[in-house]
Amino acid sequence: MRSPPIPEMATQEVQLNETLAHLKTESETLKSKLEEERAKLHDVELHQVAEKVEGLGQFVMKTRRTLKGHGNKVLCMDWCKDKRRIVSSSQDGKVIVWDAFTTNKEHAVTMPCTWVMACAYAPSGCAVACGGLDNKCSVYPLSLDKNENLAAKKKSVAMHTNYLSACSFTNSDMQILTSSGDGTCALWDVESGQLLQSFHGHAADVLCLDLAPSETGNTFVSGGCDKKANVWDMRSGQCIQSFETHESDINSVRYYPSGDAFASGSDDATCRLYDLRADREVAIYSKESIIFGVSSVDFSLSGRLLFGGYNDYTINVWDVLKGTRVSILFGHENRVSTLRVSPDGTAFCTGSWDHTLRIWA
Amino acid sequence: MEKVIVAMQDPDMGMKMRNQRLLITVIPHAMTGRDVIDWLIQKYNICEEEALHVGGMLVRYGYIYPLKEPRSLVLRADETPYRFQTPYFWTSTRWPASELDYAIYLAKKNIRKQGELMEYEKERYSLLHKRINHTWDFVVMQAREQLRASKQRRKADRIVLECQEQAYWLINRPPVRSLTLHYSLTLCVCVCVCVCVCTCVFCLCLQIESCRRALGRNRVKSSICLEGFVKFSEQYQNHDPIMQGCLPSNPWISDDTAHWTMNSEIVPVPTRLRVERWSFSFMELLNDPIGRREFMTYLEKEFSAENLCFWQACEDIRHGESSKIIQKVEDVYKNFLAPGAARWVNIDSKTMDKTLEGIKHPHRFVMDDAQLHIYFLMKKDSYPRYLKSDLYKNMLAKAIVPQETKKSVFPFMRRQRHSSPSPAQAVTQVTEEDGRAMGAGKAGTNSEFSLFILFISSHISSTGRAPSSGCMWSK
Repeated sequence: MRSPPIPEMATQEVQLNETLAHLKTESETLKSKLEEERAKLHDVELHQVAEKVEGLGQFVMKTRRTLKGHGNKVLCMDWCKDKRRIVSSSQDGKVIVWDAFTTNKEHAVTMPCTWVMACAYAPSGCAVACGGLDNKCSVYPLSLDKNENLAAKKKSVAMHTNYLSACSFTNSDMQILTSSGDGTCALWDVESGQLLQSFHGHAADVLCLDLAPSETGNTFVSGGCDKKANVWDMRSGQCIQSFETHESDINSVRYYPSGDAFASGSDDATCRLYDLRADREVAIYSKESIIFGVSSVDFSLSGRLLFGGYNDYTINVWDVLKGTRVSILFGHENRVSTLRVSPDGTAFCTGSWDHTLRIWA
Repeated sequence: MEKVIVAMQDPDMGMKMRNQRLLITVIPHAMTGRDVIDWLIQKYNICEEEALHVGGMLVRYGYIYPLKEPRSLVLRADETPYRFQTPYFWTSTRWPASELDYAIYLAKKNIRKQGELMEYEKERYSLLHKRINHTWDFVVMQAREQLRASKQRRKADRIVLECQEQAYWLINRPPVRSLTLHYSLTLCVCVCVCVCVCTCVFCLCLQIESCRRALGRNRVKSSICLEGFVKFSEQYQNHDPIMQGCLPSNPWISDDTAHWTMNSEIVPVPTRLRVERWSFSFMELLNDPIGRREFMTYLEKEFSAENLCFWQACEDIRHGESSKIIQKVEDVYKNFLAPGAARWVNIDSKTMDKTLEGIKHPHRFVMDDAQLHIYFLMKKDSYPRYLKSDLYKNMLAKAIVPQETKKSVFPFMRRQRHSSPSPAQAVTQVTEEDGRAMGAGKAGTNSEFSLFILFISSHISSTGRAPSSGCMWSK
């Protein structure tokens, strides 16, 4: 006579729950210890240090170009290293390469999926990468032959198990870094499509990433729906640092030009600055009248200004050092989904759900 | 958004409300658009434009609705009356706006006054009638019941309830199928669902591991880090076009690409700002092709050029094609690391041993340690000496300071925006013909002409100021 297996399973389940609870308490204790350690070296606030810095005067920035041509919401854009070309992607599956200065469209590709949430320009200017709901990242070499169908030369590089939220080339055309709704980031070799390194640690969708401009060039930061921003070592795949102070999903992360800090924008309507050497959050950029989430952030060339694109159709410009808002820019007729400063810092571009892109200077 | 609404309705600090007249009935607890704007301005210390914007959002999302023209979902800064929507109807309460409810609402409207339904509502009514025909009796019965119950209320209350319901349905079933609002709400829900904390053992273990590592790391005092930001921003302020403008002018504003032409990858004479930047950090020098070339020339004079060549070769391995790694590593070993190599680099023995060991199984990062060693060697030793050298000082002296372009003499003539050769094309040209400077060929004539115009116009508009001797015409 065999005893029913149910009590055995029950004990196993109990054991598993115990382990889970044990791990949770260990994680919590370590986290609070970490916060204590971080607080020990925090001897001054950023705005105090910035008191001696001159304030910024009147700020005038206007839309200098409006790029019309997308048939649906613009979801993502990226600049080319030549400082005037951009690539943009939209919900209807179209990826367009523009010469933003003349507002001419130079290339157009139709992706087989809708919601192309990520696009990136290759450093050489000869290719673009894009992806979205197809869970893949594909690279299209840009050909100037008008008769050539760009889609024919497409190369599928990355393969995730959920949507692609962001992609970026590393220092060359040969490697791509991607982040996905499956909670992981990954580094791929473009030539072979091989996975070089994968990065696990986020507990929910990863929404954004940015590569560090550091001398050794080996790290990047990612932000996700688990409210965490993680800094990773590209070589080992390990998470070096982690920051969890936001109250909602982190939609955008961007490094400070020196590489010693990064800013993040979140659905909790704040942007925050995290210092990597001090290992803590050092500034919060928020205002009571701003109640909509931030979709995208970027720094000006000197790092003095932080531009944020918000879901209430506006762009807020922040003084990074003093923590105050310098200006608010109106113009878009729907939420701003993406914002990038040009490589030489002469302007920044925003893409919006109102189907247009605007260049501001 | 709801925090704002709750603050507005606070009895002490909130909006002052009064009874508004709507036709002949008095509606309690209403406010004018002007009141809303003023309250926002006062409470949040913002300007009128921003208050209009925030208030407009509150109306668009249905937290406040207009009494007079319910279909016009805008906030007017005048005597137009508005009311707060009850929390029951808030979009965040996620009361699913089901088809059945909408059908009941339309049926009520139809019964109450024949011909009251708008065109789009009539369409939807008949569509729903077809779709949920099996429950139509229920729909009509519910509608009749609700109408009967409302007749028992005071007229003012009845109008208020009707307005609230109408406002709710205008948001959730907008007349023109404006997908933006609907999709944005659905996407919001999707994103919210994603915020579920994964409690699996794997994730917790990773977290614990990274916490432990973090506890062991060295931290720097806040005062030192934050000073760093202030210094960096100060140093780069003059180089930030958005902060200080750029010379001769910002191409996006003036439609003149002279700034880009003067600062393209390879130019005969770089600008002063560019050469100054090389002194900010070693990375700035190496990232600039002209800077790197100058540094190479300097190292050749010092007989240590192999360091920079080695560093470049390592970069090539790290960022190049996977298939070529093995070959490249072999070449680097032959040229730089093998005993008696032509361009032997001076690495400490520990790093050398580690690298030689790694070369047996070459991979992308096998040269990292050696590369870093040489990088810091150059940074600490050769770089500071280069900045003090005559080579650098001469570069700085003959660098161009472009004249600022005054506002155009003929303000009504817009400059023609010239296109530039695509980088994709430039690369194919280089592979076909050797040694052509990228982009300089085609754009040459246009930029020269526009420089000429600049020269003339700046000369005309500046009084008594002769152009600097470091003139842009030196070729």
